[in-house]
Amino acid sequence: MTDGNAGANSGDPGELRSGRGDDPGGGDPPAARTSPRGAHLAERVRAGDRRMLARLLTEIEDRTAVAEAALRVLYPLSGGAHLVGVTGAPGAGKSTLVAALARAVRASGRPAAVLAIDPSSPITGGALLGDRIRMQEHAGDRDVFIRSMASRGHAGGLAAASVDAAAALDAAGFPIVFLETVGAGQSEVEIASIADTTLVVEAPEMGDEVQAIKAGLLEVADIVVVTKGDRPGAGRTAAQLRAMLTVGAADEAEAIRRAEAHGRRRPKRPQVVLVTAPTGDGIRDLLDALDRRAAGRDASAVRPARLARAAAQLDAVLAERLRARLRDAHRRDEIDAVIRAVAEHELDPYAGADRVMALVEGSPSGG
Amino acid sequence: MIAAMTDRRIRVLIAKPGLDGHDRGAKVLARGLRDEGFEVVYTGLRQTPEMIASAALQEDVDVVGLSILSGAHMTLVPRVCRALRDEGLGDVLVTVGGIIPDDDVAALHEAGVDRVFGPGTTIGEVAEYLRSSVRPRETA
Repeated sequence: MTDGNAGANSGDPGELRSGRGDDPGGGDPPAARTSPRGAHLAERVRAGDRRMLARLLTEIEDRTAVAEAALRVLYPLSGGAHLVGVTGAPGAGKSTLVAALARAVRASGRPAAVLAIDPSSPITGGALLGDRIRMQEHAGDRDVFIRSMASRGHAGGLAAASVDAAAALDAAGFPIVFLETVGAGQSEVEIASIADTTLVVEAPEMGDEVQAIKAGLLEVADIVVVTKGDRPGAGRTAAQLRAMLTVGAADEAEAIRRAEAHGRRRPKRPQVVLVTAPTGDGIRDLLDALDRRAAGRDASAVRPARLARAAAQLDAVLAERLRARLRDAHRRDEIDAVIRAVAEHELDPYAGADRVMALVEGSPSGG
Repeated sequence: MIAAMTDRRIRVLIAKPGLDGHDRGAKVLARGLRDEGFEVVYTGLRQTPEMIASAALQEDVDVVGLSILSGAHMTLVPRVCRALRDEGLGDVLVTVGGIIPDDDVAALHEAGVDRVFGPGTTIGEVAEYLRSSVRPRETA
């Protein structure tokens, strides 16, 4: 990694044309299939080697051919774990909640994994990953695997990287994976919503009733968790959310019928729970609710999320493949010419895209 | 956006072993390295050597940066280095910052520390050192 931070400017719009020729395998699927290191990593991860699991997660974050080769082995061996997305405003108590849930999972005799995502700087590409601070009680417990991930710059790629990372943790034997994101933007909502179950964390007194019926974060919730239950007003916040989120629930059957008739997606009807994470109040019940969703009678509740996740993964991989082809050295000059033409308004961006697509389709890359 | 999605970023764990509660320096460094384009994992105060090694393993960091102002470095730092080796992380770069007397530096190198940064070190110096010293990884 001699070029450790060589990509520090890759988010810069001025770098549109500067694909890197030495991209480690992103555009070379055939090499990925035969990566001995990928196969070795997959084998070690299956055998419970935590160091190699950590290494694989790095490869996944870097979107390398090694990761791809390992995931081709591991993906069919995964799918059993319950992927729980946790999102909410900064300071709402996500990390503390996840630490408490991990404690409850451990108390039930199971290992737990946590993927904690913090934002990357759009300017420097650097990141400060601080979620472990709230999870210190688990440091040293081999069966709580916590990994911090920077969001980096990739559009759609973060969802792909986090789903792949969850698959690796799943294949490594973790039956429950918490995916903690910052609930600040659309991409985080997207990531949380491709989990099997999405928890939206709300601190008390963070807004009035109208906040609860605005479109956005609360809509992706399967369960709304009101944290800091020992604070004054926490009970009232939970009651208000419950009241507002169940408006119209009495007409649910009619709502389903009408949504289906028009081919619309139906809003979720999240359950609202109140917890005090440091004391553990409400945590056991929350984990029970999660386990019920994962097992048996509620498994159908998870299916749409899995379809959405598969679609998002395919979408991301296809986009990566296309980008890798566009970075191919043979086409770069031609693509640069198209970019210049669009910049000069000689060509509209749609016609420009047609030309680039023709280039990509005209000469298959690597099979 | 045809930007490369495969940038390998240097990952740094900043940890405060032992009991001293002065973490301003650690936070300033964490923030500064973020601005230099590193991915910095900050674990907070009062870390045992085992906690630091476990976090370094799970986070697959390239560098462990220890901040110590308590004077306990001659006890704590060798323990952290040993815990890292016990986890199979002997190739991770270890740096120490804080109040470290010159006379102790040689012993810390002996214990496995790659570099000691004293008061007055700039963020830029640390960043340059890390970029040039982090060990390359095998690929393919």
